[in-house]
Amino acid sequence: MVNRIVVGAHYGLKDWIIQRATAIIMALYTVLFLAVVGAVGPDTFEAWRGIFAGGFMKFMTFLFFISLFYHAWIGVRDIWMDYAKPDGLRLILMIATAAVLVGYAGWAVQILWRM
Amino acid sequence: MATRNMQFKIYRYDPDKDNAPYMQDISVEVDDATDRKLLDVLTKLKAKDDTLSYRRSCREGICGSDAMNINGKNGLACLTEIKDLKEPVVLRPLPGLPVIRDLIVDMTQFFKQYHSIKPYLINDTPPPERERLQSPEDREELNGLYECILCACCSTSCPSFWWNPDKFVGPAGLLNAYRFIADTRDQATNERLDNLEDPYRLFRCHTIMNCVDVCPKGLNPTRAIGKIKEMMVRRAV
Repeated sequence: MVNRIVVGAHYGLKDWIIQRATAIIMALYTVLFLAVVGAVGPDTFEAWRGIFAGGFMKFMTFLFFISLFYHAWIGVRDIWMDYAKPDGLRLILMIATAAVLVGYAGWAVQILWRM
Repeated sequence: MATRNMQFKIYRYDPDKDNAPYMQDISVEVDDATDRKLLDVLTKLKAKDDTLSYRRSCREGICGSDAMNINGKNGLACLTEIKDLKEPVVLRPLPGLPVIRDLIVDMTQFFKQYHSIKPYLINDTPPPERERLQSPEDREELNGLYECILCACCSTSCPSFWWNPDKFVGPAGLLNAYRFIADTRDQATNERLDNLEDPYRLFRCHTIMNCVDVCPKGLNPTRAIGKIKEMMVRRAV
């Protein structure tokens, strides 16, 4: 195979928009989270648990984690694209990143719906 | 006339003679009345040591030949005021490009990226008898874009261009890409956007804004890149 520089994958816009959208979702959730914690003032494990027991807070927290993982996927992938030069290494790092983030997402769901 | 001695530290490298680049300490008599710009003093330095190599041509910020790294910041020697420079003045070639000799860099990669955006008007309709006219409002869109002199100060100050000069178009190329996208006489907007919609060609820009900081013509490549993304969003949603 000739070792030619190839570019033109024709994607990137969707990720760029999603990165911005997820940033807004995380910012809004941060405000919501601080407001709820400020209002409830949880001092026991049960009180903390109570915050996340309701459907709304579960939904919002789930949305936050999904946003965080997608945002992290784009950001970390960008780091690999910037700095990891061998194509094979970059592919391995991307797969590893995606695997870890999907695992984290499942773990987050398990923790949230256990409460 | 008031003259003073000015200290310089200049990156020197002659691949025919030197094993490795080194910094040369050199001083020169500067006359504040006549030596206004860094290029004036470089001319004096060249007279003192004629092995010193740098590019220059118009000496008034139009040709973009004398771009170099001046006290850590890219700029044009001909537009840099001598009185604003802190001593010793450290001169290095533009970062990230292969050095040919001293302050002269190989700009092949830079121009390759520039050519990749098709920097010319594409319009397949038969040309009118005289020129293709624009309204003053449409012409206004090109201000802040057409002034680019391709000195490479911006692209060589961009970390994304340092890491991927072969794949990322770079701020200069993208500013010029938008210059033709914004031109109402150009008909290839869609093809131009297709050509740029790529994780490397356009989306390596992380809005670091070094390009805006260094542009000797006061242009804003980051804003042009933002406008390209905005057009892609408008096209997609």
